[in-house]
Amino acid sequence: MVQRTIVPFGPQHPVLPEPIHLDLVLEDELVVQAIPSIGYVHRGLEMLAAKKDYHEMVYVAERICGICSAIHGIGYCIAAEALLQVEIPERAARLRVIIGELSRIHSHILWAGLLADGFGFESLFMHSWRVRELILDLLEEATGGRVIFGISKVGGLRRDIDDAQLERMAGKLDLVERECRAITDPLINDSTVKKRTVGVGKLPMEIAHLLGAVGPTARGSGLALDARKLGYGGYDGLKWEPIVETGADCHARSAVRVREITQSFDLIRQTLKAIRPGEVDLKIKPGVNPKGKYAARIEQPRGEVIYYLEGNGTANLQRFRVRTPTFANVAPLVKMLEGCQLADVPVIVLTIDPCISCTER
Amino acid sequence: MTQFIETQEVVAIAREELPARAAQLAKDGWRIVHVACINQGDHLDVIYAFDKGYKLVNYKLTIAKDDPVVPSISATYLAAFAYENELQDLFGMKVEGLVLDFKGKFYRKRHEAPFNPPACAATPPAGKA
Repeated sequence: MVQRTIVPFGPQHPVLPEPIHLDLVLEDELVVQAIPSIGYVHRGLEMLAAKKDYHEMVYVAERICGICSAIHGIGYCIAAEALLQVEIPERAARLRVIIGELSRIHSHILWAGLLADGFGFESLFMHSWRVRELILDLLEEATGGRVIFGISKVGGLRRDIDDAQLERMAGKLDLVERECRAITDPLINDSTVKKRTVGVGKLPMEIAHLLGAVGPTARGSGLALDARKLGYGGYDGLKWEPIVETGADCHARSAVRVREITQSFDLIRQTLKAIRPGEVDLKIKPGVNPKGKYAARIEQPRGEVIYYLEGNGTANLQRFRVRTPTFANVAPLVKMLEGCQLADVPVIVLTIDPCISCTER
Repeated sequence: MTQFIETQEVVAIAREELPARAAQLAKDGWRIVHVACINQGDHLDVIYAFDKGYKLVNYKLTIAKDDPVVPSISATYLAAFAYENELQDLFGMKVEGLVLDFKGKFYRKRHEAPFNPPACAATPPAGKA
């Protein structure tokens, strides 16, 4: 006779660096339903818009998350610049691409380490952290920060990354890419890893679409959705296509991220070739404030993030709303957990690369 | 290089129209992007955004604060359950027909409807959730 039990997963769990809770309804070892619960560390950052000047809100946006902080800042600035109807200097837009793609690489490497840790591949976990340091070194040299960068501002960048720095960065890219490939190859080719990921956590394309999946979670199910294709910022004119896998399982989602690391290096190289000398900061005159509403769509490492801003002509935004990719991927996660084995739950959860810090903005 | 500004259509509709609109959008292959609520002081705006082929369409509901009720679209778009629970938790709205209703406990929060508090004074603490 089948025994039905409910097993709580989280909010504290070895594979979860941040708190999220799932009630797993089991029939013996089979998960028949997963009920999510969030909000353990919800900070209400969106309400700070009522107190902070819209220029200062860049800092708040960056602090939504310690992993994708750079792209949060860029996303906020793009939305604010659209409301102000200003065009930032080309060099600033190009440099934002470089910073954004370096952030994507370090985020994906961090995810690779967490996934490896999730199924007990400890040496791969440790090497991931070692290689991630190389990327952080590049970011530190370019921006001065390793977690919070503080380089984006409404109107461009706070400071330039000079040509000598860019040249040094270009010289290091090949080495860093080789190191990245060495640690990511086992994630998609190793037979023991594949036993844990192939055919596990299925999310068919139609369901992924209906449930609003974004980022590598959607692209691993065959959906070619990538907000960078909108052509915002410096992505306009770069040659690339969204990475798509059709396996719709944990292996496919992993493969998307691994291939995206290579793609990000390529986008950085294309940008380094295209970048020209020039200004990086368009000064916004005092008293010029955002008016109207705009939803900027930016591709973060975990998928599309929405920055919805509404301004009423004052220095404070009337509404600052952020829809993060993990928030959008909660419903797909619930669906992919149905029918899996209890032992596979940590691996499945990790393949959406959950960022609870973002979700609890 | 020209600064990219996306064209974003906003269509104001009555709340009674929402479920049928959502059903038609789902049938036509649109995905749900997000649901945002904006406290306009005297009323609430709720924006439902959908995407197809990188085109964004927004449907806007204007909701009176003394009747903060909206129909759920979670039967059509299951993903909407998270956004709709957020409407209930942060803005004190009532979403009718939610397929996964956390009844105000999706977020563990100290205050009732912190993004839409009652007009008088500060909201008293609701106790530890």
